[in-house]
Amino acid sequence: MEHILMGEYDIIVVGAGHAGCEAALASARMGNKTLMFSINLEAIAMMPCNPSIGGTGKGHLVREIDALGGEMGKNIDKTFIQSRMLNTAKGPAVHSLRAQADKHKYHVEMKKTIEKEPNLDVKQAEVVDLIVEDGKVCGVVTKTHTYYLAKAVILATGTFLRSKIFIGDSAFDSGPNGLAPSMEFADNLMKHGMKLRRFKTGTPARALASTFDYSKMEEQKGDEKIVPFSFMNDHLEKDQISCWLTYTNEETHTVIRNNFHRSALFGGQIEGIGPRYCPSIEDKVNRFADKKRHQLFVEPEGLDTEEMYIQGMSSSLPEDVQRDFYHTIPGLENIIITRPAYAIEYDCIDPLDLKPSLEYRMIKNLFCAGQFNGSSGYEEAAAQGLMAGINASLEINGKEPLVLDRSEAYIGVLIDDLVTKGTNEPYRIMTSRAEYRLVLRQDNADLRLTEKSYAIGLASEERYQRFLAKKAEVDAEIQRLEETIVYPKDANAFLESVGSAPLKNRSSLAELIKRPEVTYENLIVIDGDRPQLSSHALAQLEVQIKYEGYISKQLAQIERFKKLETKVLSEDMDYSEIDGLRIEAMQKLNQLKPRSVGQASRISGVSPADINVLLVHLEKLRRKR
Amino acid sequence: MLEETIAAIATPPGEGGIGIIRISGEESKSILDKIFVPVNENSLENRKLAYGNIVDPSSKKIIDEVLCVFMRGPKTYTAEDVVEINCHGGMVSLRKTLELVLNHGARMAEPGEFTKRAFLNGRLDLTQAEAVVDVIKAKTDRTFDVAMDQLEGVFSKKIRDIRKKMVDILVNITVNIDYPDEDIEQITYDNLEKDLEEVRAELEKLLASADTGRIIQEGLNVAIIGKPNVGKSSLMNSLLKEARAIVTEIPGTTRDTIEEHLSVRGIPVRLTDTAGIRETSDIVEKMGIEKSKESFNNADMVIFIVDSSRELSDEDREIMELIDQEKSLVVLNKIDLDRVITLEEIEAKLPHAVIVETSMATQEGINLIEEKIEEKVYGGSVSHGSSMMVTNVRHKNILEKAERSIADAIGMTKMMEALEFIEIDVNSCYEALGEIIGETVQDDIINEVFARFCLGK
Repeated sequence: MEHILMGEYDIIVVGAGHAGCEAALASARMGNKTLMFSINLEAIAMMPCNPSIGGTGKGHLVREIDALGGEMGKNIDKTFIQSRMLNTAKGPAVHSLRAQADKHKYHVEMKKTIEKEPNLDVKQAEVVDLIVEDGKVCGVVTKTHTYYLAKAVILATGTFLRSKIFIGDSAFDSGPNGLAPSMEFADNLMKHGMKLRRFKTGTPARALASTFDYSKMEEQKGDEKIVPFSFMNDHLEKDQISCWLTYTNEETHTVIRNNFHRSALFGGQIEGIGPRYCPSIEDKVNRFADKKRHQLFVEPEGLDTEEMYIQGMSSSLPEDVQRDFYHTIPGLENIIITRPAYAIEYDCIDPLDLKPSLEYRMIKNLFCAGQFNGSSGYEEAAAQGLMAGINASLEINGKEPLVLDRSEAYIGVLIDDLVTKGTNEPYRIMTSRAEYRLVLRQDNADLRLTEKSYAIGLASEERYQRFLAKKAEVDAEIQRLEETIVYPKDANAFLESVGSAPLKNRSSLAELIKRPEVTYENLIVIDGDRPQLSSHALAQLEVQIKYEGYISKQLAQIERFKKLETKVLSEDMDYSEIDGLRIEAMQKLNQLKPRSVGQASRISGVSPADINVLLVHLEKLRRKR
Repeated sequence: MLEETIAAIATPPGEGGIGIIRISGEESKSILDKIFVPVNENSLENRKLAYGNIVDPSSKKIIDEVLCVFMRGPKTYTAEDVVEINCHGGMVSLRKTLELVLNHGARMAEPGEFTKRAFLNGRLDLTQAEAVVDVIKAKTDRTFDVAMDQLEGVFSKKIRDIRKKMVDILVNITVNIDYPDEDIEQITYDNLEKDLEEVRAELEKLLASADTGRIIQEGLNVAIIGKPNVGKSSLMNSLLKEARAIVTEIPGTTRDTIEEHLSVRGIPVRLTDTAGIRETSDIVEKMGIEKSKESFNNADMVIFIVDSSRELSDEDREIMELIDQEKSLVVLNKIDLDRVITLEEIEAKLPHAVIVETSMATQEGINLIEEKIEEKVYGGSVSHGSSMMVTNVRHKNILEKAERSIADAIGMTKMMEALEFIEIDVNSCYEALGEIIGETVQDDIINEVFARFCLGK
């Protein structure tokens, strides 16, 4: 069959989910002529599972995406219907923002942004093959016998590759949400030598809002004070919609238990590995048999729809069983299900085959992002998409890749985990995965990242100026607080009023803020003459002062960590030639070709002694030169 | 890895005339500053030998009289800042000094590490590089052997047990932080504190056994003290079963500290007989007295002898003030004579000390003293098999680090600080213990979170 050339681009993105959108926007904004493909343009930035963005760890990712000039934060700020800061009872490092999204509006707004973006074209088509020449990708082929040339290609196929849906004993080829799956592409990727494997995930049922009994459920409202995701937004006002909380009971569990044999999960039809943090309800009942009840949230899917999402209840049981067990739950006795829960299985790669830049090791200029890399979640996908877009652009422009390390961003933790340790299940970010949690806060993502993004030409001038202004604002105010001295006679009445020990000697205002009872806010009693700060600067200021001790301790650790991270290893290094490495270490190092000694030290099977041998070898090389 | 400050005893093990501790790394000087008190102020100049004392900053006790030299990098063996401490005591003070260095920021050097640093910092020539690799290789093999031995040992099992307990704590903290919306039990500070205290108690037990382990290796350090002519030398001779010290009726005849090595019921004991501590103008005696104070400060056990046939003197009372009751054995001697002091009287004055009654003249009660020495080593609140003893300075060093972390975590729990701050210290304790048994992977916590809690959509 003759194929027709339909266009030439700098960068082509395959897939228009959360990874694809960020990749395409970043690429276009960095000045590359970009084309993004989607099997269906109605699937742009689709949220096929939960109707929310953010949460612990994930909220941090969104903040970082925004700080780097990505779109997710701005888009959720436009389209959220409820906003909450989680973990406020704990310290500032783990405060996490989460918003309920109007799914449809989220898609519409993102689609608009993409359509309006100069340099960016969008096409509804199914990509079925890559064009690879001399180990380098140079274009894609579509199902309709056309082809497009490009200097780099980014794969962000999500769960579409050879995807299969399971509901009870029925299984059929289908993409998420009833969209067409991509069947041919996977075979062709394997022909190009890419190794694929099967992962699985699932989503719960949706039901009609009018059929729930809200009197039997607990209402969960949004926060009164809304914190925007995007550093570009100062204040957001919105009428918020509530979510609802209810629980399963013994009866629910009995229905499920009696029908275990009818679940695709236990029937053995599903070969893919599912995530442990996202178990189906039958899995929960099976594994946690002693647990008397499981919590579930009923969440609106949007303002223009009557559908509600039943969080906590994904399942691959048949529809009749689904109906029966949902009906045992208080508030859900009479719900009418609009879409049944299903499990979905799809092809993805082993992320150990990726470089830290997200370039595929074996095919030059081919970058990969999102669920295709073995992750899970909209935010994880978007973060990788953004980095793949950035690095594809840097690569074709002959520049060094931007690799964020574990001390700089959750994005760094996410990608380093994927490409260094690999994953056996769809990978989800958690704050506990970050060693330097106190520094990687959501309030300072811009201070950590915006400059880097500006330097490579992604963050806009406006964003950069905002960042500079905030930084100056915070620094000036900290300096003022450090330099403003108060005496016992001025401060003690205030200190007593907040239950804090009186001063014996003079003290700076900054010192006072370090006390647990004193906040920047209540300090106004003795510090009336202060500048008006922006909300972003305010959030930053107090944390920096109050936790200075802990933070500087962590900064010292980071400095040590960086020393090995900046010892660069060449990709051409042949580790089998290094005397003294253990065989396992040698094989792993040859397979993964780490970027730095630091990354090498995190590879399983590489011991501290191997690292010492490596250091000695590097020194030998240096001297030979 | 490369950047930590390291320390080790640089002289061969065993009783030598002097022993040298070498420290290398950025913090060498600051560590020395914390524990070294020079005789002449500001005498610690680059490449100049300084004379002074190693002093434990927490107890203010003098550990040893030393000569120190600080050499600023890069013109040193390792090309880093280097400090060398020349101790003149035996293994005990050498080891105590090393422990102080380790407790103030250095890490125990690995075999060959000074050489490795010298090479990496460009000090050695290329031919020596191979030798460095050999050392590292040999070290891996050896570590492996040791690890295998210890795998079966009670010690590593104990460490595993403590870590298991810590996994519970860490998993709970993690799930509380990362799943705030889930239907899981919230951590309360009370429970957390209780759990952390349990871990600390376990660590303390292990550390106590570390001392026992050292004693088995090096001998129990016992100082005998008491006013002149109370029977100190006689006791020493009784334990030695021969006359060594001069025994006369004239107070103050024991002019120097006399050190003896003996075996009490199979336990090696280093016994120091001291001069009295009475203030005196006699120069010779005065020097002896200073020595006495020092030796009972350094001792594992102090035997305080009291003459039961005479009223307590000022000097007795002075000694009572000075000694650490917890490690003291009071010997009420001369019970063959008319009693003036009763057991109850001493008990009231020294409620935390162990008291026995003896007569050196009739040899009555000598066996009691031997019994108490034995108890000191094996008895007490901890009873343990020999295999559980921590004999290794590296292990002890790590255990102490772990114990400090857990103490910090407890402190913060009491202040109801945010969980993620507490987690840092709990985690560093957990990782420190992992270092001992060679397990430092933190993924096990996340794995446990999912194994134990029902989470997610």
